[in-house]
Amino acid sequence: MKTNKRILARTLVGAAIAIACMPMGFAQSGATVKIGLLATLEGPFAAGGADGMRGAELAVKQRNGVVAGRKIEIIKASSNAQPDVAVNATRKLVEQDKVDIMVGPLSGGEGVAVKDYSKTQPNITFINGSSGAQAATLVNPSPNFFRFNTDGSQWMMGLGKAAMAKGYKRTMIIAEDYSFPYSQVQGFMTEYCKLGGKVPLKAWVPLGGKDYSSVIARIPKDVDALLIVLGGSDAVNFLNQYEASGGDKPLMGGSITVSQDVLNYRGKRRDSLVGTLSGAPYADALDTPEWKAFVADYQKNFTVASGAYPSPSLFAWSYYLNMKAALDGLAAVNGDLSGGQAKYRDTLSKMVLKSPTGDVRLDANRQAIGTSFVVEVSKDAQGNLFNKVLSRSDNVDQMLGLKKEEFVIGTRDAPNCP
Amino acid sequence: MSASRWRQAMNRDANSALRQGTSVSKAAGSHAAKHAGAQAQPSYEWMRDTITTVGIRHVAIMLFVLSFPLLVSPFLAFQIGAQSLIFGLIALSLTFLGGYGGMVSLAQMTVAGIAGYAVAILGASGSPEISLNWPWWVALIFALAIATACSVLIGFLSVRTEGIYTIMITVAIGAAFYYLVLQNYSVFNGFQGFQKVYPPKLFGVDWRSPLPFYYLSLALALAGYFFVKHLIRTPFGIALQGTRDNARRMNSLGFNVTAHRLAAYAVSGFIAAVGGVMLVWYNGLITPGSVNTGWLINILVIAVLGGMKHPIGAFLGAIIFILLQTFAIDLINRERFNLVIGGVFLAIVLFSPDGLLGLWARMKARLLPKLSIKTTVR
Repeated sequence: MKTNKRILARTLVGAAIAIACMPMGFAQSGATVKIGLLATLEGPFAAGGADGMRGAELAVKQRNGVVAGRKIEIIKASSNAQPDVAVNATRKLVEQDKVDIMVGPLSGGEGVAVKDYSKTQPNITFINGSSGAQAATLVNPSPNFFRFNTDGSQWMMGLGKAAMAKGYKRTMIIAEDYSFPYSQVQGFMTEYCKLGGKVPLKAWVPLGGKDYSSVIARIPKDVDALLIVLGGSDAVNFLNQYEASGGDKPLMGGSITVSQDVLNYRGKRRDSLVGTLSGAPYADALDTPEWKAFVADYQKNFTVASGAYPSPSLFAWSYYLNMKAALDGLAAVNGDLSGGQAKYRDTLSKMVLKSPTGDVRLDANRQAIGTSFVVEVSKDAQGNLFNKVLSRSDNVDQMLGLKKEEFVIGTRDAPNCP
Repeated sequence: MSASRWRQAMNRDANSALRQGTSVSKAAGSHAAKHAGAQAQPSYEWMRDTITTVGIRHVAIMLFVLSFPLLVSPFLAFQIGAQSLIFGLIALSLTFLGGYGGMVSLAQMTVAGIAGYAVAILGASGSPEISLNWPWWVALIFALAIATACSVLIGFLSVRTEGIYTIMITVAIGAAFYYLVLQNYSVFNGFQGFQKVYPPKLFGVDWRSPLPFYYLSLALALAGYFFVKHLIRTPFGIALQGTRDNARRMNSLGFNVTAHRLAAYAVSGFIAAVGGVMLVWYNGLITPGSVNTGWLINILVIAVLGGMKHPIGAFLGAIIFILLQTFAIDLINRERFNLVIGGVFLAIVLFSPDGLLGLWARMKARLLPKLSIKTTVR
């Protein structure tokens, strides 16, 4: 009797474990299209990840959650900007939640890892979130990984020319030490070196560094400007310490250095940011009806009180773009994802995406060809800093207009023009 | 007193504890000693003992883990099953070191990471300019040897400390290794680490596809589990538990406490190294993020969650940990899912300081009060 009771108890526990482990049901994709959405809700880019989710949600809201009669269901997942975590989260969305389309991830290293994973799931379509490392689409591209945002080096298009026009003939670069800043620096230097500019010194600093005094001490006297490719709190820390040490070189910034989260920090150095040049895939003060409509839509749906930014961040822009591409493609094939999504992918790769910043096409590696801007930090009547447009370059491709033989992918050492 | 005499003495103590035993934990504590005593007898008795020890639950669990990947989707077999087994293996190294050696080292993930990095650097990876591209088995042997040696080194530095100082020294070593791999580019490839580190394709099997990888993980996890279970009953294991309970007395009995502890570091380092190699094969990559302080602590969380009084605790903790990591986001508002993970951990530790094993023991004691003694005698 007692033994029976014991066995019963154990059976119950075992059954509970078994039920907990069972797949949560194999949902058939009848009317609903499931889209997985991955962004960093933890770690260094948590705020950016949340804004990326807003951008993607905005694209769904604009279609009222229905495309070609099929309801769109968004299943979210989070990572912490680590590639292994991003792949685990993606694998769960694809293999457990059985999503049809995958949108994400956010950062450079994650993008490369998810691209590698996408090769093992040839029947699912992967669309990037906002990761901007060149390697994701340039090295061993995956036939089912699409990127409708331009990459970190494309964003810097035109900055080299603008720097030379300002008379910056020698520039020192201070950048974080990972794939995305490599791409940004490569984008700047490719053009800058060609025009005769010199980069005597590149300082690669660890992500999340706090003390920049040794880097500041190394800044040569004879450089005309600094290019700072640091994100979020790293940028703020550097600017404060540079100010404290009496630095007065003109600054140029990477695309995430002059974004809204850095421009809104409070400090004495803030005003001296006015006049900082940067390359970016969009500009706060872009004067086109499409962009203004996008910003107005963002502001209408997400209030500052609920944690959103006054103006969409780079992440919101990029996630919006990629999610819009996913939905536009779905509408173009009339919701038909049959046959391993072959028709859908074919449509995506030929599609011209109407984006808030201009038309976007894809190249043979399924990488976006789009518009880049050179922007300058300015101050409005209320004393807020914003980016005004200095120049725009349309149809920037991943090769930056170079021939394949001339092009070198950005690393710590390449390109080089001391 | 010789080691065997001492064991007999332990055995007597255990038996007397059983006779008066009312508290479950006391009885459970003598479990190991009882088996050690049995093992000193001729071998057929040990066999008989083993056979009588095997109960329905052992067979059921064995059948369950063997058939698990066949019953569920490849995703569950790979991401939940294999990942739990791998983290269980790494946590097992801490359970052995902490639970039986009394040394809570937070550098177990560092040792695993050293093995993972060694496989990536010596073998093949997506960074051919750094990786030496040695045959996989040479790289594997060296990786395990290097990681074990590093574990002994960590032990050498920390073995003379106690309690919180051991934790501090090992955390410092772990953090130092994290910053080393983060900032060194010539050997460790910095922030980006190594991509495309895959297990070899052996006997025509792709060992990274879910089913083979699960069984490989299971085989290694079982090997590690039974190895630790056996080791804690050997004279060495008993002596190690002696040094845990009273190092000074063991010293005066003629045992070399430092040597025993160093050996324990070597054993646990080897187990962690195997886990580390499996982890890098599971992820297909290794980056500094795999050995940051967050992961050093996660291993302790897994071990404590499951309970450090028995080797199985490490695997139970790993299953709970991985399930939560994977599915917590489905339970609650997406941006708040870490709250669930933290809440469950807090609840388990709050209601049962011995982790899940303690919870199980207490449940058993409440449901079947009279059987509790009998089961441990078995």
